[in-house]
Amino acid sequence: MGRIIAWAYMALIYGFIFLPVGVLVLFSFQGGRLPVPPFNGPSLKWYGQVLGDRGLMTALGNSFLVAVVSSAVALLLGFLAAHALARHRLPGSVLMRGLLIAPMTVSYLIIALGLLSVFNGVGLRPSLLATGIGHVVINLPLCFAILYAAMGDQQKNAERAARDLGASEARILWLISAPMLMAPMLAAFFLSVTFSWDEFIIAFLLTRFDVTLPVEIWSMLRSGLSPKTNAIGSLVFLVSVSLLIVLEFTVFRKRTP
Amino acid sequence: MASIEATEARRAAAFVAPALLWVLAFFIIPFAVMIGVSFARLEGRTVVYGLSFDNYLRFFTEPSLFKGLTISLEITVVVTVISVLLAYPLAWIIAMRVPARYQRLALMLAVLPFWTSYVVRSYAWLLVLGQNGVINKALLALGAIAEPLEIASTRSATIIGFVHFFVMLLTLTIYSNLIQLSPNYARAAADLGASAFATFRHVILPLTLPGVVTGAFLTFVLCIGDYITPQILGGNNELTLPQLIMLQLGRRGDFPMASAMSIILMVVVTLAYFASARWLKLDRV
Repeated sequence: MGRIIAWAYMALIYGFIFLPVGVLVLFSFQGGRLPVPPFNGPSLKWYGQVLGDRGLMTALGNSFLVAVVSSAVALLLGFLAAHALARHRLPGSVLMRGLLIAPMTVSYLIIALGLLSVFNGVGLRPSLLATGIGHVVINLPLCFAILYAAMGDQQKNAERAARDLGASEARILWLISAPMLMAPMLAAFFLSVTFSWDEFIIAFLLTRFDVTLPVEIWSMLRSGLSPKTNAIGSLVFLVSVSLLIVLEFTVFRKRTP
Repeated sequence: MASIEATEARRAAAFVAPALLWVLAFFIIPFAVMIGVSFARLEGRTVVYGLSFDNYLRFFTEPSLFKGLTISLEITVVVTVISVLLAYPLAWIIAMRVPARYQRLALMLAVLPFWTSYVVRSYAWLLVLGQNGVINKALLALGAIAEPLEIASTRSATIIGFVHFFVMLLTLTIYSNLIQLSPNYARAAADLGASAFATFRHVILPLTLPGVVTGAFLTFVLCIGDYITPQILGGNNELTLPQLIMLQLGRRGDFPMASAMSIILMVVVTLAYFASARWLKLDRV
């Protein structure tokens, strides 16, 4: 009896969780002009329209650029800071850790608003650069926290051995610390890419002409429901899930025996 | 020896410096500027700096603005409670009833829609809940209703969209908490004659409370600060605080008021933090 209730409950919640995504993907193959029942398809014409849409494709490229560059910067800054704070006793290190984590506790809207005020003041126009700077702010705490937590004694000993053997600090970082932390580094990087890729409010307030994909999709919504929005949404979903599956079988496999 | 330590400390400082400077320049300073701007006033189209509490006073005295806060709070509390109540049993079933080798798969499936874009996910709910949406068409076809239900563009739609997202998030945090519990606790309770319910009520629930509160706190923070879901699903009848902030920015270019309202939003989140701090384990998420 308890078993049946448990499975029924699970099915119900999974149904709830998958309902919107199922509808989204199904009606991306809609033949007609509206993504609502009745379904008359399947048709690939909306995918054709998406791939032929210059604005969407430019936004896709912009999103990719901002996500990769801002995540790389966040990872580099986070790695250096985590390494220094995990390995050395610095005065004020608790305060420094607090400062580096702080942006995580503030809503993106507030971060965007503050940056907008400052960028207006110094004359930096809304652009991909401005958005990228904002994305580093939101991803740096994440990269720092993941890497700081991952730096254990094992690496410390290997680093000490290398130092005793006369390796320079840069060589130690590049040849010992970074490779030993490959899995958490990749995890931090791809999480950052995901967050930046999907981030809306900072990109919305800090771009004007070179918009990112979420902002472009947002402006598509203003003209009402369209299977074209379903098609681009489904494509994004497909890409993210493929990436997830690849990661699952490469990076994360090693951590769970 | 001392000099080696000094060089090491200097090198370490040089490593932390870039990250700290970034946070300082693009987070702390903007935040300080925003606080400053919140005490300025908009006269016509120009911002007059000074130490004026006008924005804060106006927020608490003008019903159209203050209502945004109460609506946001109501929605957030309802969403947090419903999400916890839905997610806890799911996390429990996955952790206790699903065979260990399938648990990871079950969990990944449960959060799969996370990987659609956030904007698109809210839009997808519009397709489900809309006037001509899947639910209305299905209910009409079944003859359960005569007129399409008005769900989209209401508070219910906003709540459904939020609950969908946060059930996934909470299932993750509660599951990771449950899985760390040794089965010996439940066994010991059973040996001492506790019923299944008593075991849950007096042993499992208190032990998983930190995970639940942490997830609930995250839900609260993310939900109350979100602009997208209410904007897409909620319609224009009742605006939440983030929607009102965006309105100040967009239509009126009123940076001072938008800043003041953001500070108020932050204060609310901080209060929520102190209310739940006793159980929070943010480093374990």
